Amino acid sequence: MTRQIQAVNDFVVKFANVNGSGSASANGLFVKAILRMGVAVAARNIFPSNIQGLPTWYEIRVSGNGWLGRRGGVDLMVAMNPQTWERDIAEIDSGGYLFYDSTKPMPASKFREDITVVGIPLTALCNAAYVEPSKRKVLKNIIYLGALTYLLGIEPEVVETLLAEEYASKPALIPANIEAMSIGFNHAKANLKPLGLQLKRADAVGDRIFVDGNTAAALGAVYGGATVCAWYPITPSTSLAEGFIDYCKKLRHDPETGAARYAIVQAEDEIASIGIVVGAGWNGSRAFTCTSGPGVSLMQEFIGLSYFAEIPAVIFDVQRGGPSTGMPTRTQQSDILSAAYASHGDTKHVLLLPEGPGECFEFGAQAFDLADRLQTMIFVMLDLDMGMNEWLIDPFKWDDGKVLDHGKVMTAGMLEAGADFGRYKDVDGDGIPWRTLPATHPSKGAYFTRGTSRDPYARYSEEGAVYVDNMERLLRKFETAKSLVPAPVLKKASKQTAYGVIYYGSTSPAMDEALATLEARGLQVDAMRVRAFPFPGEVFDFIAGHELVFVVEQNRDAQLRALLINEGGVDPARLVKVLNYDGSPITARFIQAELAKGMGAVDVNAAGEMAQ
Amino acid sequence: MTYIVKPQFHHPSLSTNKLGFTRRDYEGRVSTLCAGCGHDSISAAIVQACFEIDLEPHRLAKLSGIGCSSKTPDYFLSASHGFNTVHGRMPSVLTGANLANRELIYLGVSGDGDSASIGLGQFAHAMRRGVNMAYIVENNGVYGLTKGQFSATADKGSKSKKGVVNSDSGIDLVALALQLGATFVGRSFSGDKDQLVPLIKAALTHKGAAFIDVLSPCIAFNNHKGSTKSFDWVREHNEAVNKLDVLLGRSPITTSYEPGSLVEVAQHDGSTLMLRKVAHDYDATDRVKAMTYLQERQAVGEIVTGLLYVDPESEDLHDALNTVHRPLNALSGAELTPGSAALDKINAALR
Repeated sequence: MTRQIQAVNDFVVKFANVNGSGSASANGLFVKAILRMGVAVAARNIFPSNIQGLPTWYEIRVSGNGWLGRRGGVDLMVAMNPQTWERDIAEIDSGGYLFYDSTKPMPASKFREDITVVGIPLTALCNAAYVEPSKRKVLKNIIYLGALTYLLGIEPEVVETLLAEEYASKPALIPANIEAMSIGFNHAKANLKPLGLQLKRADAVGDRIFVDGNTAAALGAVYGGATVCAWYPITPSTSLAEGFIDYCKKLRHDPETGAARYAIVQAEDEIASIGIVVGAGWNGSRAFTCTSGPGVSLMQEFIGLSYFAEIPAVIFDVQRGGPSTGMPTRTQQSDILSAAYASHGDTKHVLLLPEGPGECFEFGAQAFDLADRLQTMIFVMLDLDMGMNEWLIDPFKWDDGKVLDHGKVMTAGMLEAGADFGRYKDVDGDGIPWRTLPATHPSKGAYFTRGTSRDPYARYSEEGAVYVDNMERLLRKFETAKSLVPAPVLKKASKQTAYGVIYYGSTSPAMDEALATLEARGLQVDAMRVRAFPFPGEVFDFIAGHELVFVVEQNRDAQLRALLINEGGVDPARLVKVLNYDGSPITARFIQAELAKGMGAVDVNAAGEMAQ
Repeated sequence: MTYIVKPQFHHPSLSTNKLGFTRRDYEGRVSTLCAGCGHDSISAAIVQACFEIDLEPHRLAKLSGIGCSSKTPDYFLSASHGFNTVHGRMPSVLTGANLANRELIYLGVSGDGDSASIGLGQFAHAMRRGVNMAYIVENNGVYGLTKGQFSATADKGSKSKKGVVNSDSGIDLVALALQLGATFVGRSFSGDKDQLVPLIKAALTHKGAAFIDVLSPCIAFNNHKGSTKSFDWVREHNEAVNKLDVLLGRSPITTSYEPGSLVEVAQHDGSTLMLRKVAHDYDATDRVKAMTYLQERQAVGEIVTGLLYVDPESEDLHDALNTVHRPLNALSGAELTPGSAALDKINAALR
């Protein structure tokens, strides 16, 4: 028998469930209970594009050290889905644990020698206690929650408090749930020993909050002053629009009349969504849509119009696996190139690259200032991992002294004072022209907006020199954007090193852990997290300052690397691809193995981790 | 004659409206369309209608898609902001603009290619949402800018200039608008200014989605024998169901009407639509009967024109969304950003 894994506050639990079986709420309570015990947790849903019946997993990393990326590997598998039994069993680390429903006897061949098997007759316990099928279905999940509470040393009072909070609006359900939890807890206590994986109360959570990036971005849009949202349902972005609806209902109604200080339209498709956004932006409202890769594909023509006619707009792209319908419920960072150069003709767009829900909120608000200031389309690039999973992050912050920046909007007073208004005239040398909103002045400042070439006074023109001047000005404007977008974040290694790593987005938590592990092994890498496109000069200084730079990202074609090479004229040989694109979030083990390999440290295990 | 710059000069005796504007104040640049194009007559009718309803030119926003018709907003109302958007997508852009500022008058100009082919979906959804706008389709049954292909409103059996017979059924945007819930539906002919001007006035003052299908013959590619969108064909088959006068605010009724022949429809903005019946059994406030009547007359080859349907109780998208009365684009940061105290509460709920 292999030695059992022994760990306190540091292990990975994976729940294998059937979609639609009500497991999500029990699994959510499990995570909350650990957080309430002051222990940091990272939780990720791995779910199918399905409402009922297909397999779904929930992977929980209990992390006493506070590492919140995916670690890789599984220490305890809660195997509740016969459909996926074999692959679930295979996934458990040697010395790990299997928790299963032992109501039906199973042949020994179905198990593994090198793991500890913990069986509870869940169905039998549940059927003995409940008659109605609906209760049996839902409370079975609470029974296993009770058993796990005992086996892992979770404080039962914490779970009871959470159950009471969960059903605060339906108090009649509280006693039944607490009873079900006790059935599981007592059975485990009477028949089993606690596992080698244990939880101990700690103080490592502090005032952090547990929230998903879509909700955070939606809240950012509220704080950023967005008043028009047009959207079309698409996984994994739908909950962003729904979050905006919910927060607007709570925060955006006139206290006296009850009327809405916002307008939300569920449009007929993505094209109409972005059309509504562009129309609202043209007319001076802060507007956004949220979508995923297929939606961005549909929006191409309007994105070009926004670029060329210079209309503020915001797209939240919650990336999923592409191309085509791809993997709708799996995560990737594979829209970077198609967003950066979206639409026909010469175009470039500003991308904001949040690392998690905290920056989803921050950039979600900032995107609207940037859209107004730069009079163009701003993309906020989330992905499914940060968008749909709750992450443990520092609380949201807002500076009440902040004033929304509406950029260069010419007023009636300025026109009256004799300002020479040319809609596409570069008055200030930064490439950003002034605009007027419709109905600004009875006789001055009106112009005709078009996607066709025009002179600085917005008069139709197909003259080559006029067209080129305008296109060059748009490049100057893009140059100006570099100083306005969030700057990259540099993390220097403890010692001088020839190696650098560039990464972005949801890779961040796994990268933090990988860098610490590499440091501990004496492998130094300077790290730069890029937070926006266009890249400020310091990104290229960073590349120039290192012999070899790893570019870690979650797509097949090394899209950020391509963007760096294209925009900075970087020698491709100096940028090493490190790619995870199987649809599951990148792990720290994968990153550290790939980087160590690239640095010539060959003794490192766990390459091929992506296949998991 | 597109190289000519329009002279600003006008005769001092030119009449003014209540706001002191002359007709010239509602004009735009010189048209670049073909001489004799029906669309130019529609632009002239828009100018006349805006002048007659005493509109402040800058309070109107004019939006269009792509095509001959969509170029026309440059040829009227120079003091208004205009937006020549993307092919077939004017309705969504106008919807967004309208959401941003509900106080302006919105005029959407489109064509049959723009609205019945590539933009059929957006046309449909703008109608069913009740976006407060006047939506004019300048309908010539043909793609003019690309030189003469059939559009989706071309009637089955009609002939192209090159002699090709159209084998696809024609889309009737009026029938669609009625079915989709438009609260104002009219049809007219670019060559009938007396009918068209009051219809545009009524559509601009109507609250909700107001749609006008204007048959507007293409002089270059669809004005031949065998076309059902030629000047001759439309004149011969045009059957008006009513005659419309639009009375603004408290203006006194000066025209005398035969008793029993008149229907008055009060609109939200205080204007009154005076409808003189031409077809005796036609009731323009009954959607179902209007749909039936139009189908019947279409079957015998008539092009039914006039104010075909109006809902006196119309509502618009802002009513449905219960938005504040002030324009969303005028709300202050303090009204939009909840502040740090509210954020602390949100943080607390996420622990």
